Amino acid sequence: MTDATQSAPLRLTGFGKPGVRIDIYVVALLAALGLLWGVAATAFAHDLGMRVMAVELTLFFALGLFGIAFAASKGKLAIDESRYDDELIKVGIFAATFWGVVGMLVGVIIASQLAFPEFLYFKEFGFLNFGRLRPVHTSGVIFAFGGNVLITTSFYVVQRTSRARIFGGLLPWFVTLGWNFLVIVPAATGYVLGVTGGQEYAEPNWISDILITVVWVVYLVTFLGTLWKRKEPHIYVANWFYLAFIVTIAILHLVNNLEVPANVWSSKQYSLMSGVQNAMTQWWYGHNAVGFFLTAGFLGIMYYFVPKRAERPVYSYQLSIIHFWALIFTYMWAGPHHLHYTALPQWVQTLGMTFSIILWMPSWGGMINGLMTLSGAWDKLRTDPVLRMLVTSVAFYGMSTFEGPAMSIRAVNSLSHYTDWTIGHVHSGALGWVGMVSFGALYCMTPWVWKRQRLYSVKLVEVHFWLSTIGILFYITAMWVSGIMQGLMWRAYNEFGFLEYSFVETVKAMKPYYMIRALGGLLFTTGAAIMAYNLWRTAKGDIAAKEPLAAAAEAKAVPAE
Amino acid sequence: MSLMSKHGVFERHSLVLLLGIIIVVSIGGLIEIAPLFKIESTIEKVQGVRPYTPLELVGRNIYVREGCYTCHSQMIRSLRDEVERYGHYSLAAESMYDHPFQWGSKRTGPDLARVGGKYSDAWHVEHLTNPRSVVPESIMPPYAFLKTKMVNPTYIQDDINTNKIVGVPYTKEDIASAKDDLLAQADPNADSSGLQTRYGGKVNVRDFDGDPTKVTEMDALVAYLQVLGTMVDFSTYEPKKAGGIR
Repeated sequence: MTDATQSAPLRLTGFGKPGVRIDIYVVALLAALGLLWGVAATAFAHDLGMRVMAVELTLFFALGLFGIAFAASKGKLAIDESRYDDELIKVGIFAATFWGVVGMLVGVIIASQLAFPEFLYFKEFGFLNFGRLRPVHTSGVIFAFGGNVLITTSFYVVQRTSRARIFGGLLPWFVTLGWNFLVIVPAATGYVLGVTGGQEYAEPNWISDILITVVWVVYLVTFLGTLWKRKEPHIYVANWFYLAFIVTIAILHLVNNLEVPANVWSSKQYSLMSGVQNAMTQWWYGHNAVGFFLTAGFLGIMYYFVPKRAERPVYSYQLSIIHFWALIFTYMWAGPHHLHYTALPQWVQTLGMTFSIILWMPSWGGMINGLMTLSGAWDKLRTDPVLRMLVTSVAFYGMSTFEGPAMSIRAVNSLSHYTDWTIGHVHSGALGWVGMVSFGALYCMTPWVWKRQRLYSVKLVEVHFWLSTIGILFYITAMWVSGIMQGLMWRAYNEFGFLEYSFVETVKAMKPYYMIRALGGLLFTTGAAIMAYNLWRTAKGDIAAKEPLAAAAEAKAVPAE
Repeated sequence: MSLMSKHGVFERHSLVLLLGIIIVVSIGGLIEIAPLFKIESTIEKVQGVRPYTPLELVGRNIYVREGCYTCHSQMIRSLRDEVERYGHYSLAAESMYDHPFQWGSKRTGPDLARVGGKYSDAWHVEHLTNPRSVVPESIMPPYAFLKTKMVNPTYIQDDINTNKIVGVPYTKEDIASAKDDLLAQADPNADSSGLQTRYGGKVNVRDFDGDPTKVTEMDALVAYLQVLGTMVDFSTYEPKKAGGIR
């Protein structure tokens, strides 16, 4: 057995003896501090939300400490620098798949609430009302599913492209487990209990915000540390995108969540900024949560998994340089297009609109680089549904990043804003791009890290692909129609010059589209559940009886036409 | 391309890459956000906008807690149909004491920026209790539980004080009398003279939820809804004088 002290991941020069496992001390100290706080907060909590979150966190910190002690006693904390840490990836794949299904299911539930308002509403308590579940859905799919996919793929990719084990020993484990148990679970229970920051996509309260910051700083350290250890002279393009995602999300999170708790023992907080400045900062954050969490990070996935799966090099190195810098520069200006015709000064709106239109170009630069990587390998789309999923995601990326600039134009926005068109646009990006590229990456990684010859069933991937694609089409076409229709109804005038429709008449007109949307979401979620089953069987080492290995090998040998 | 060959610096040094990213992503935000704190015309100078009373603030916190902003906006855009449907377009000044702002981004339900005074208290109570009893086509969730949940005055001073810290001009006296003011506003028999001295004579003082014996969350939420958009007197508002150029 390797002695843990022989392969120390962290060594501070002139501090301590060589081989001292600082990573273990850091994580244990964080958990111990958290445990002390959790016990105190449970005792002194001013409100139910705070108490429940404190109890959960106490439990998780205690389990963490126990886990470290247990693993240390078994000698499991030793680090083998000659191997990649793939156990970490396995945990992340499990978490991502789990949250994907849960987050999408909550989406189906709240979509059904809008279509059938008596469904799942209870008069006597509010915790299943739309307003409380909606953040569970958005955070669930963006931060829980998307976040786990990003953290896990980044750990996978940075190890391979640096030819080095992930830096920090226990630190990356703290990132993956901390993100799930210290951030997501307490934040989600908080939402249901009415604990919220009250700003869209930044709903975690101040306690969760602090924990996000801690986890994120450790994430940056592990990622940068792995780059420092790399045995490749150059940092691979996927890692530029991952790094930009990690750093920029840190900046956005810190600035947008400047807030003061009502009391140290209260879950309630008040944002430091108010009104118009708060609105501008929020949408600078909100749009770049799209730009960096849901775009830059997932472009990192595209730049690793598309070439890898297609077995072709990235189409253009120069294009990747140009679109990387142009994308991260331009995105940061686009936020004000969420605030057209509002009390935000017009000069800011105009800047936001201008840069949003410019943003079309770097976005399509990325799309072209992804799609053209398929050059000479297009025939694989016929036989490999995983590659088809990856490529479809890039196509949806191209579509959403064309629709987005169009909607940012003030005149278009006057119609589309406040309507379902926005919801449809978000979902063509979220389901089509983020969802599909994530599914593709999960389908790639699972057989790779579990060392299986292939997935349990390729046919089930085929089923998943079509369920997803049809689900997305139902979803976005329903939202286009309902959004544009409602926007037109709001501004319709009758022959006497009065508004034609009352508000509630426009609500009534939405009903069939809300039903179609819920159906689309259900199809998409069903696909994700099938994926979960397929990945589970793959990890177990099963091969579908009707698709023997030999047949698959023969299918692969058929030459391209 | 010689310029492209220089890019190797970023690819070989992670800290150079990191620094490059930080510089490049900082520019947009700095130029769009920082001036909003300095340019005087960003927020109009208008009469009437005041900090929320303790009861209204509690109501506002319920509004935030229940995620009302996920379906209702509080921002009337300067478009003809919106102004005719909802009233005068929203001013920046009207949300300057809103921590956080609740402009919203989606109108599954109507805009609420000027809902204050449009409906009776009884209508709001009935509508919040069972939305479809007053608006059959409504798809809003029910909030009947607000009627039985008491407002807890224990920590109201913390709330007012924290608002003061983040910049709302509450006075020491406002904080000291927060508990009394909280209960007095929903109690028609209480002495509300202090409340009206502090927050002005226009403050709505009455039993909001139809049950004068207790101060419930329904009282608080209705008190908040009834003050929305009513603080500025638009009969005397002149955009040019207020410095609100748009």
